[in-house]
Amino acid sequence: MTTKRMAIIATKGTLDMAYPPFILASTAAALGYEVQVFFTFYGLQLLKKDLSDVKISPLGNPAMPMPVPMPVLVQMLPGMESMATMMMKDKLKKKGVASLEELRALCQEADVKFIACQMTVDLFDFENSDFIDGIEFGGAATFMEFAGDTDICLFV
Amino acid sequence: MDFQRELDARGLSCPLPILRTKKSLADMASGDVLKVVSTDSGSVKDMQAFANQTGNELLSQSEAGGEYIFFMKKK
Repeated sequence: MTTKRMAIIATKGTLDMAYPPFILASTAAALGYEVQVFFTFYGLQLLKKDLSDVKISPLGNPAMPMPVPMPVLVQMLPGMESMATMMMKDKLKKKGVASLEELRALCQEADVKFIACQMTVDLFDFENSDFIDGIEFGGAATFMEFAGDTDICLFV
Repeated sequence: MDFQRELDARGLSCPLPILRTKKSLADMASGDVLKVVSTDSGSVKDMQAFANQTGNELLSQSEAGGEYIFFMKKK
């Protein structure tokens, strides 16, 4: 049996959208897949050593379940984003969902390859030292080389 | 049922029960049986899917008092 392969492009840097790439990558690796995740634009935040910029906001996110209905004008107030992030992290923890740090570490343990988009690293003036160890830096062609021969290819 | 190792996955959500199962099986011998106890209802379908895709055999699964019990035989 040949090894199955999965490629994911992670483009979002919010707390909710950070989960699908890490959950799918770690699970696929557990199922024996060879996995690469290419992080570009805001997705790069998910490779930072410090994940404190990864937040969630009710603003512009009308489907987000809220404990009490909250008018958009209130969602805009200072501190709302931090509060929503704190509440979401608390909920994730209570429900036994792994933290992003934990899932990311599990991916790396399982040999999931993380690639940071060099173009966006330069665009946002990030330093290579901002990122966790064990990742690679590359461009679209690097991604295509692997993605061109995969069983599953996702854009998140 | 006889088993060589038990994994307590109570309170864990997707995908942790599967990831821990994989990890537990990794250092067991072929033919050994792992017992997994989970409280995640999603793990019922997921454990079967894990078995189907990895070739490990799901010998049985049952539910009692909100806990799901699986016996997985290592390939």
